[in-house]
Amino acid sequence: MSSAMRTVIGLIAVLFAGVLVWMFARGTATDRSSYSLTLREANRNKILLLTVGSEPRTLDPQAAQGVTEHHIIMAMIEGLVAPSINDQAKVVPGMADRWEHNDDYSVWTFHIGEDRKWSNGDPVTAHDFVFSYKRMLTASFGAQYAENLYILKGAEEYYRGQTRNFDDVGVKAIDDHNLRIELVGPTPYLLSLVQHDSWLPINPKTILKFGNIDTRDTKWTHAGNYVANGPFLMKTWRPNDVIEVVRNPLYWDAANVKLNGINFYSIENSNTAGRAFQAGQLHKTDQVSLDKVPYYRRVHPELIRIDPYEGVYFYRINISRKALDNPKVRLALNLAIDRDAIVKNILREDQKPATGFTPPGMGDYTPLNKITYDPERARQLLAEAGYPKGKGFPKFTIHFNTLESHRAIAEAIQQMWKEELGIDVTLENQEWKVYLDTQNSMNYDISRSAWIGDFMDPVTFLSMWTAGNGNNNTHWANSKYDALIEQAARTGDPKTRLDILHRAEELFLSELPVVLVYWYTNTYLVQPSVQNWYPLVLGNHNYKFINLKDEFERAK
Amino acid sequence: MIKVIAGRLLQLIPVLWIILTLTFFMTKIVPGGPFSAERQATPEVIAQLNAYYGLDKPVWQQYLGYLSKVVRFDFGPSYTYQSESVNEVIGRAFPISLQIGTLAFCIALVIGATAGVIAAVNKNKLLDYLPMSISMLGICLPTFVLGPIFALVFGLVLKLAPVSGWYGLNYVPLHPAVMPAVTLGLFYAAYIARLTRGGMLDILNQDFIRTARAKGVPEHEIILRHALRGGLLPVVAFLGPCFAGLISGSFVVEKVFNVPGLGQEFIKSVFNRDYPLILGTVVFFGALIVIFNLVSDVVQLLLDPRSRN
Repeated sequence: MSSAMRTVIGLIAVLFAGVLVWMFARGTATDRSSYSLTLREANRNKILLLTVGSEPRTLDPQAAQGVTEHHIIMAMIEGLVAPSINDQAKVVPGMADRWEHNDDYSVWTFHIGEDRKWSNGDPVTAHDFVFSYKRMLTASFGAQYAENLYILKGAEEYYRGQTRNFDDVGVKAIDDHNLRIELVGPTPYLLSLVQHDSWLPINPKTILKFGNIDTRDTKWTHAGNYVANGPFLMKTWRPNDVIEVVRNPLYWDAANVKLNGINFYSIENSNTAGRAFQAGQLHKTDQVSLDKVPYYRRVHPELIRIDPYEGVYFYRINISRKALDNPKVRLALNLAIDRDAIVKNILREDQKPATGFTPPGMGDYTPLNKITYDPERARQLLAEAGYPKGKGFPKFTIHFNTLESHRAIAEAIQQMWKEELGIDVTLENQEWKVYLDTQNSMNYDISRSAWIGDFMDPVTFLSMWTAGNGNNNTHWANSKYDALIEQAARTGDPKTRLDILHRAEELFLSELPVVLVYWYTNTYLVQPSVQNWYPLVLGNHNYKFINLKDEFERAK
Repeated sequence: MIKVIAGRLLQLIPVLWIILTLTFFMTKIVPGGPFSAERQATPEVIAQLNAYYGLDKPVWQQYLGYLSKVVRFDFGPSYTYQSESVNEVIGRAFPISLQIGTLAFCIALVIGATAGVIAAVNKNKLLDYLPMSISMLGICLPTFVLGPIFALVFGLVLKLAPVSGWYGLNYVPLHPAVMPAVTLGLFYAAYIARLTRGGMLDILNQDFIRTARAKGVPEHEIILRHALRGGLLPVVAFLGPCFAGLISGSFVVEKVFNVPGLGQEFIKSVFNRDYPLILGTVVFFGALIVIFNLVSDVVQLLLDPRSRN
């Protein structure tokens, strides 16, 4: 053999041997013990293994936007109050051990418990909350959810730079342990609101150690730096793989924390998550791929859960388009849809046909039952609008982001409109970011949409339809509607307030700048060893209540 | 030889500059921005964020600013991983892709070349048809089909490998790199097998092989000593792009096995309009491909005396 040939073969052999050594060296050199728990081991050690979907973009509560982020942050940061074990409308003490409000719910005082501590040993004080809200409202920080705090008196003025003095904003530390919150109007749902990421506290000393009050993207969120006040502490963060949190010994209620830790795996692909669940690598998934739902319901009903969820799936209608500007046409489009058929044949996850916009489960607010399947009336309305049997109806397009289930639903609706009303629509899918652009610039006829509630009040669904709201995106505006929303915001009595909101939603449903489709459910797989995982409509679980049975159970 | 290498390395700079410039302006043309979301932030917030990341400046200023950072090997912050820089993302994700890619490369080469030689030697016999049919199957079966099948068989049924994740389970014998590497490697092995067979057949028909046979050289020596060297040339030409493809193009496999490698980051950065991460990964992979092509050329020079002049 020639020398060159020998060199090449030799090189390849060395490479191959090197790789083998490397693989084994890696396997033994890294301490993989803590993230390498099978279910049995996990149950024994009380480590909950779950996936919350995609990789979080940040774990800084004030820069966070998504549900994924929220579900991880909740393990480490506790707000003024925290979710109760089995009812999303109720709360348990968090950093505040007691609170009171005036008669019309516009001024609240929270008493921060003396035993509340940050994981660096600092006491949690009312000043920390003031600092946190100041950070949210510092424009140069660029918090996407800054708007959430505009219900604080003077907050919007501060954000816009109309006042430079944060003392003018309605949040004050009376002393270390008393936080006074003054709101622009009555807010009976404040306790639900303050559990949202945008209202959570951060440790000021830590923030200032890594940057200024308005520095984004600092390293304070990394393992080793993260200062928590919740039941768990961050131990490791391996992006796109796992975030491990462990019991926080300085948590005020540590004695009642059942788990020793939680591993949050980021698994975006629902098929991969399903396999990981079957292989005993996960206690719980965050979703089930559509085609697997019937299988689990039939063969393993004990592993699949379908919980109600605060979300609505609908189509936005661009009401500046010809024909779509007529409320009769829009109502006809709604009445011609057989929502039951869509839910039963396409989705199969027990979703509820949306008969109103606000889904059920919002505390004392009863959902409206206004929009049903009534093709006869739909045809009649269409004829009244000047398009009998769809004659002369302009061509328009349903626009959605690329996803199999969106296409299936759009095709079903396309067919229903064709059969019931004689209207022809075309379908067009776009990549996610392009789709968002198209929707936000109102460059569409009909656009697939969804809205997930942030807190337990219908306002989270209704405020977006006021004129000029950045999420309206339909050109729909009604001064009477705006006035009702405004009136509700000034009403202290909870019952009267909900009545006003009902009137607002009735008005909205009579003009319908949307096509209603269904109310969400939350479908996931969960091992029987997971205890106290109750259905919660916002999906916000207080992890301190979750427990694991120490026995070996797994999916076959 | 050194001249050739030095010349090619110098070419790297303009090539990367062109890649970078094209990609930069393409990201600016594509609709959608990094800060759009289903729940829209107010226009003020978006303006704030654009200002924070310098996206409010004229495009040519952004370009010059970016270029001046890149020459200092600073690819800027990632928008998706809000507390990491692009360098950090590449630094943590690339070693994982490299491990999978290297292992897959070895699998592809060893299995592919062996199967190709066996097929060539046994031309038109069972031992030719069998490996060649399997390799045809391998080429036709995409990794997103093969991956889940392997995950089911080796993960769920045999419990040999984890089905998801990198920092995997203690109670499975195989390292999490193995299944992704096998999935990827077999796909490329199929190509290499066909290339090897073609190359070998070409050489085995040449006069010098006949001469060797006439002189009574044993068959195994003919194959290993005389034929293999020339027969592998087409394979060597393919190895450069193959290796680069293995460590950059493993997006599907990384998704299927949920492995936190760079292939995923590359694709996701585009979906997220994470401009710095798009540019960083494109330039990084661009450099890799150029370098591996160079390596493959050098190896060809070593193997084939004809190309030395």
